[in-house]
Amino acid sequence: MNAMVKAEAVHKSFGPVEVLKGIDLEVAPREVFCIVGPSGSGKSTFLRCINHLEKINAGRLYVDGTLVGYREHGNKLYELRDREVAAQRRDIGMVFQRFNLFPHMTAVENVMEAPVLVKGETKAKAQKSARALLDRVGLGEKCDSYPAQLSGGQQQRVAIARALAMEPKLMLFDEPTSALDPELVGEVLDVMRDLAQDGMTMVVVTHEMGFAREVGDSLVFMDDGVVVESGNPRDVLNNPQHERTKSFLSKVL
Amino acid sequence: MTAPPGKAPSDAPPTATAPEAIKAIPVRHYGRYVSAVVVIGLLLLIVKAFAEADLTWGSVGEFFFNDQIMEGVKNTLVVSVLSMLMGLVLGIVLAVMRMSKNPVTNSVAWGYIWFFRGTPVYVQLLLWFNLALIFPTLNLGPIYKDEMTDVMTPFMAALLGLGLNEAAYMAEICRAGIQSVDEGQTEASQALGMTNAQNMRRIVLPQAMRVIVPPTGNEFINLLKTSALCAVVQYEEVLRKSQNIGNTSSAVVEMLFVATLWFLVITTVFSIGQYYLERHYARGSSRQLPATPWQRARQLVFTFRRGTGAGSGAGGGAA
Repeated sequence: MNAMVKAEAVHKSFGPVEVLKGIDLEVAPREVFCIVGPSGSGKSTFLRCINHLEKINAGRLYVDGTLVGYREHGNKLYELRDREVAAQRRDIGMVFQRFNLFPHMTAVENVMEAPVLVKGETKAKAQKSARALLDRVGLGEKCDSYPAQLSGGQQQRVAIARALAMEPKLMLFDEPTSALDPELVGEVLDVMRDLAQDGMTMVVVTHEMGFAREVGDSLVFMDDGVVVESGNPRDVLNNPQHERTKSFLSKVL
Repeated sequence: MTAPPGKAPSDAPPTATAPEAIKAIPVRHYGRYVSAVVVIGLLLLIVKAFAEADLTWGSVGEFFFNDQIMEGVKNTLVVSVLSMLMGLVLGIVLAVMRMSKNPVTNSVAWGYIWFFRGTPVYVQLLLWFNLALIFPTLNLGPIYKDEMTDVMTPFMAALLGLGLNEAAYMAEICRAGIQSVDEGQTEASQALGMTNAQNMRRIVLPQAMRVIVPPTGNEFINLLKTSALCAVVQYEEVLRKSQNIGNTSSAVVEMLFVATLWFLVITTVFSIGQYYLERHYARGSSRQLPATPWQRARQLVFTFRRGTGAGSGAGGGAA
């Protein structure tokens, strides 16, 4: 079976600082793939490379068998145009640490914006499915609220519904619960758990080791731009092999 | 110190569930009375001075709706609105150029803003008006050719002088507005598969408007007042019309009052419009939109009828 995400020696630098120093990994379809590691280890940067929010400097990155951000012709690489990159991103949903909801739109408008604008759905149809999606994340009552009127957990659930509205084949989560009050974390993880049970392919950068252990199918531990350790989440978290992994886990668990 | 005046609380029934409301004697602010009296006294002096001045108040009213004056008001409005539109369109173009990665467009926009912000409008107006002295003919190759004096009418000089100058200011306002929108907004719309143009139109600009509208309103009101300078290029706006009448009827100051009052009327009308525009773009940024003056008035009447001093805290909901 084709990998949903395939990274081959992915390098990324910001100016002189090398953030990713050769990442190789594969995410299978319908898999929940967790990335953990200390801050500054490059895990968020890697996630942002998957939908080309960051350009990689070396290596290859494929989503569902297609090269991300470039076209390979002969043995030359051609940068994709703005429009072509946008088309690639339609199938990849992303959820941000800071929600990034559109503050001038209500919850339901946030969710229906992209289907109407990008996929050309009719407003009536998009609104119907947007309401259904908000219902699914438990916010059927809050459709007409503006983001400023919602709690952090509610905002993040709207953000998940917004990403799902594009019917993506892959969902990226960039520390989705890190900006939330501890008691609001659960409601967001519940939605993600449901999503995983429905068979969505998910790449999750997280500090929630409990979630990774319970829901994750694979886990990688990243540090300083490289994958230090990978495997089944329960094995890695309960029985880490590397010193670096051990010392990190002893601090967060 | 705060002993309640009147009856002791002991003769109230002992079912005291809530404590008695505090009825303290308020602090007297004597300084406020004094300053109010002083200010009112000064105001009366000013009123007295004008009442006794050698002024024919009748001519202010007589000429207020004079045909010539109305013509001048119309011209003031026309040149202000048109140069504001020119400033807005050109300003957006300059702002986009200024933010582009292309070093040529970027520095040309910078140079434009540097020149037009760095020189007085008065000088710019005179330069446009006297352009015919250095370019006797306007020659745009095969498209257009004419005598410069025919092209550079007072209206054109006024429009170019005000509009091109305004564009420099609008460019900076638009740039600040666009840059004030959080980068996460662009990332979110990109992640949803929007193109840059869609992101700008649907996500960034509507949010930038909240930052752009208030200073733009100020700019427009400034522009309205600056349009009085167009008198120097023979443009017949309201000040020049007033002065024309004043010089022939020896009611010089009276006619200046007419112009003053008209400027006040116009700026007041536009300020009210600006209030509603700002309110519109505040959607989603505050949890409760501020009440419109109309809503506030209705609420005040309502509170009086109920006879409770509910204060002016809660606003009327979203329209």
